Amino acid sequence: MSEIPHLLVHESADNVGVVVVEGLTAGTDMLCCVTHDNSTFRLTSGADVPIGHKIALKDLSEGDTATKYGEDIGKIIADIPKGAHVHTHNCKTKRW
Amino acid sequence: MSSKYSNTTVNAFRRENGRVGVRNHVVILPVDDISNAACEAVANNVKGTLAIPHAYGRLQFGEDLDLHFRTMIGTGANPNVAAVVVIGIEPSWTKRIADGIRKTGKPVAEFSIEQNGDFETIRAASWKAKEFVHWSTELQREEVALSELWISTKCGESDTTTGLGSCPTVGNMYDKLLPEGITGFFGETSEITGAEHICQKRAINEEVGERWYKMWKAYQDDVIFAHQTDDLSDSQPTKGNIEGGLTTIEEKALGNLEKIGRTSEFVDILEPAEAPNSGKGLYFMDSSSAAAECVTLMAAGGAVIHTFPTGQGNVVGNPIVPVIKITANPRTVRTMSEHVDVDVSGILRRDMTIDEAGDELIDMVRRTANGRNTAAEALGHREFSMTKLYRSA
Repeated sequence: MSEIPHLLVHESADNVGVVVVEGLTAGTDMLCCVTHDNSTFRLTSGADVPIGHKIALKDLSEGDTATKYGEDIGKIIADIPKGAHVHTHNCKTKRW
Repeated sequence: MSSKYSNTTVNAFRRENGRVGVRNHVVILPVDDISNAACEAVANNVKGTLAIPHAYGRLQFGEDLDLHFRTMIGTGANPNVAAVVVIGIEPSWTKRIADGIRKTGKPVAEFSIEQNGDFETIRAASWKAKEFVHWSTELQREEVALSELWISTKCGESDTTTGLGSCPTVGNMYDKLLPEGITGFFGETSEITGAEHICQKRAINEEVGERWYKMWKAYQDDVIFAHQTDDLSDSQPTKGNIEGGLTTIEEKALGNLEKIGRTSEFVDILEPAEAPNSGKGLYFMDSSSAAAECVTLMAAGGAVIHTFPTGQGNVVGNPIVPVIKITANPRTVRTMSEHVDVDVSGILRRDMTIDEAGDELIDMVRRTANGRNTAAEALGHREFSMTKLYRSA
């Protein structure tokens, strides 16, 4: 892959992806790669998001389940537009 | 079945009980906290010895005391240790630990401080330590199969890059080396929460899977739910995990479990610091997710090399076991490179495959077994932390 991806997604079923470059700014036309099958797509970042943090791949609503690795990683606790930062302010564990 | 690693060998130390070690320490082992000073004095007198001070060993009882003895004996018995001087405040528990280590056949001597004082104990123990150093430094490495190594894993300061890169790298190593006959360890009971349904299925059969689930559930009920004062949002994930982008324990657990690869299955469950006794294969050790505690327990269980994926940059080491650090986080490679043994950040750039990263890690395991000091060894990281189950009497 000649262009370095900005965002990696584990599985095609996931609704969040991980920023893998430093200094990502809002409005970036991100190259996104699904690691499971190396397929790619593009998405515009909605915020400045630090490396390692997650971005919503589609509009998510309060009560939805966040999916990563094709698995349930917690509940969405505030509406999140596609391209926005997903973290502790809008996503929470379903355990303890 | 033959693979490219079937004929790989390393130069290591064959111990009296047949096990293979990759280091050759003479350890000065305190039975209890108040014997630390004497052990450190002996280690200061006799160069080439290693004191392992720790915080416990008095007025413990029941299962907690059993764990103390298991950790002490397992540490001394580890094949990375050539010989041991044991020092305790009184002779009875001192002898119990020395005799436990002695079962390996390695040289062990014990000393107790009561009715001797520190001066006399240090004098006598120093003579014995010096004898052990002369003896151990003449031991020669010999060629042994890579498959004879016992290799543990636990990740730390995890972030989302560990689940993408460094943990799957360890998983790839296990998928390649477990079929060759290595013995492996993974654990971190609290950190499987959120992926317990997947972990249970990775047991070699239903019976082991059910025992594993009961062990995990007992930890949830007896420790987490019995003692929690909040939703653990300050502890699991940790502040460092959250800084690195991990949001929930489920997300952390799924990344953590990448360390056992795609095909590996675990053959049995170990108590903390327990040595495997069901033959070769991968074992789950019921263990804390705190780095130094977990590595200490796995070393006491007999692991001779530890593979440690990190995202944000955990710097942990161990006194007797080389800890190999693997990271896929390019910021950590940029800011903390002195701690990194294997850089797999190419996985994130998609210019390195998991298969290639696994091969690089196996090569580093081979070199470390041959004697290469890890970053943690070079930087003097010797964290030794005992796991304590409850208050002493």
